[in-house]
Amino acid sequence: MTTAAKRLPREFRPADVRDAGAEIDVQKVRRDFPILRQRVHGRTLVYLDNAATSQKPQVVIDAIRRYYERDNANIHRGVHFLSEHATEEYEGARRKVQSFFNAADASEIIFVRGATEAINLVAQTYGRTNVHAGDEVLITAMEHHSNIVPWQILCEEKGARLRVAPISDSGELLLEDFEKLLGPRTKIVAVTQVSNALGTITPVQRIIEMAHRGNIPVLVDGAQAAPHLKVDVQALGCDFYVFSGHKVYGPTGIGVLYGKSALLDAMPPYQGGGDMISSVTFEKTIYNKLPYKFEAGTPHVAGVIGLGAAIEYVNGLGMDNIAAHEHELLAYATETVSAIPGIRLIGTAKEKAGVLSFLLDSIHPHDIGTILDQEGIAIRTGHHCAQPVMQRFGIAATARASFALYNTREEVDALAEGMQKVREVFA
Amino acid sequence: MSDLRELYQEVILEHSKAPRNYRELSTANHRAEGYNPLCGDHFTVYLDLEGDSIRDITFQGSGCAISKASASLMTQSLKGKTRAEADRVFDQFHKLVTGQSPANGNRAELGKLSVFSGVSEFPVRVKCATLAWHTLHAALQGKQQTVSTE
Repeated sequence: MTTAAKRLPREFRPADVRDAGAEIDVQKVRRDFPILRQRVHGRTLVYLDNAATSQKPQVVIDAIRRYYERDNANIHRGVHFLSEHATEEYEGARRKVQSFFNAADASEIIFVRGATEAINLVAQTYGRTNVHAGDEVLITAMEHHSNIVPWQILCEEKGARLRVAPISDSGELLLEDFEKLLGPRTKIVAVTQVSNALGTITPVQRIIEMAHRGNIPVLVDGAQAAPHLKVDVQALGCDFYVFSGHKVYGPTGIGVLYGKSALLDAMPPYQGGGDMISSVTFEKTIYNKLPYKFEAGTPHVAGVIGLGAAIEYVNGLGMDNIAAHEHELLAYATETVSAIPGIRLIGTAKEKAGVLSFLLDSIHPHDIGTILDQEGIAIRTGHHCAQPVMQRFGIAATARASFALYNTREEVDALAEGMQKVREVFA
Repeated sequence: MSDLRELYQEVILEHSKAPRNYRELSTANHRAEGYNPLCGDHFTVYLDLEGDSIRDITFQGSGCAISKASASLMTQSLKGKTRAEADRVFDQFHKLVTGQSPANGNRAELGKLSVFSGVSEFPVRVKCATLAWHTLHAALQGKQQTVSTE
């Protein structure tokens, strides 16, 4: 038995320690995440709610701490040492994000609070400028509320129409129906890359090709994709890409809007204030250049630096390795959970990432969640901020296990054992 | 498992599987809907009020074991009671599930509803246990809008 395995509590000590992904030493990786060491209700924590938020490695926690202990200053405005240093760190993180997504230029990376704010920004600036009465915004039936409601607000204000491309019973986008909904009135397409409720990976490449044939810009919601898949915004050709830092092992309250510079340049500002201006008089204000035009006020400097550290951490492991590990783990979880009598999987698309949504007999997911919690297992239960997805499947809620780079096969086994307990309680 | 057994007592499991008074009430003169947006639980409570007393009470909807059993046991315990009595039972029930009821306190009036004492160990489940009761409260007051636990 390896040293790593000896440190595990007895219940998690496998006879033969094997790492799911070939290149990820999962036991070593787990030691990078201090929160995973704790016990919950007397049991070793099994954290399977990563689609809600991921845990943070020590390097991210240290980066934030170091910033406040050593570097804290306002950025872009001071002549003093600390301000210069904080600005360097902040802009350095922007370049890390740029290279992570292979954006053409660092000025195309706008720091926002999260994917939700990024979508609202695009709806309120690009949308309000380009969507008019009678126009259409096209989304899919598997969007998170954050990629529905901002467009509804826009459509209501403009007298425009929100169109929704349907999905199949397995949770796959019906691409032919999607294409039929693209028309001369479509002014923007907004689509998730990975469904948070179903785990479906959508064919964004083809969606973008179809939309671009009609010169329609595409926003890709990468909140669930960025932690699991290698993303190259230039190869995709998407016009906007949004994601939240806290789902990629970074801090909460920081996220990114990527936009093609030609589009961002033409868009009006989202919020007015300090840092987003070049000059202000009471008669006229000249806006700052990209990306600062969209970053009014003192930004979440610590968050940006923490996000930079998270991206470095992920790069160190390799996105391909992470994807391979998670892919193998999801396959194992799907197989293991499917073997439990009375299980119904919600979301059985061929291409999936990170998410296993399910129902067990007629037991309400909330009850499943409470019983698993007593076993130290954290899952999400409910509608996952995707009520239209629940309506599509005629259900009120699901139980959802979602995986990250530090999850193990043993944790999947613990989940399956926990589900047996659920069945016993409700026998 | 002890806390869990305390929460999911046999009576609760049994009522969640076979809820009593689970139907629309054709003679209802008061009704209200209750919704817990967090978990999607949704109930309608129907009341047949004669003057001040609850002649009949039924419910319909979907929810977790705790919320459904609570609704079922609520209808059983309140049938024939007056508004004032119903209010008092709700008050005691609320104290019970939020852990404000002394263990040796007067639970006699709660009767079977005492099985929900385990809920106090699970703060996030208090909303489940009280959803039907808040809905009843709205129905008694004749409020038309959907009540929400949020």
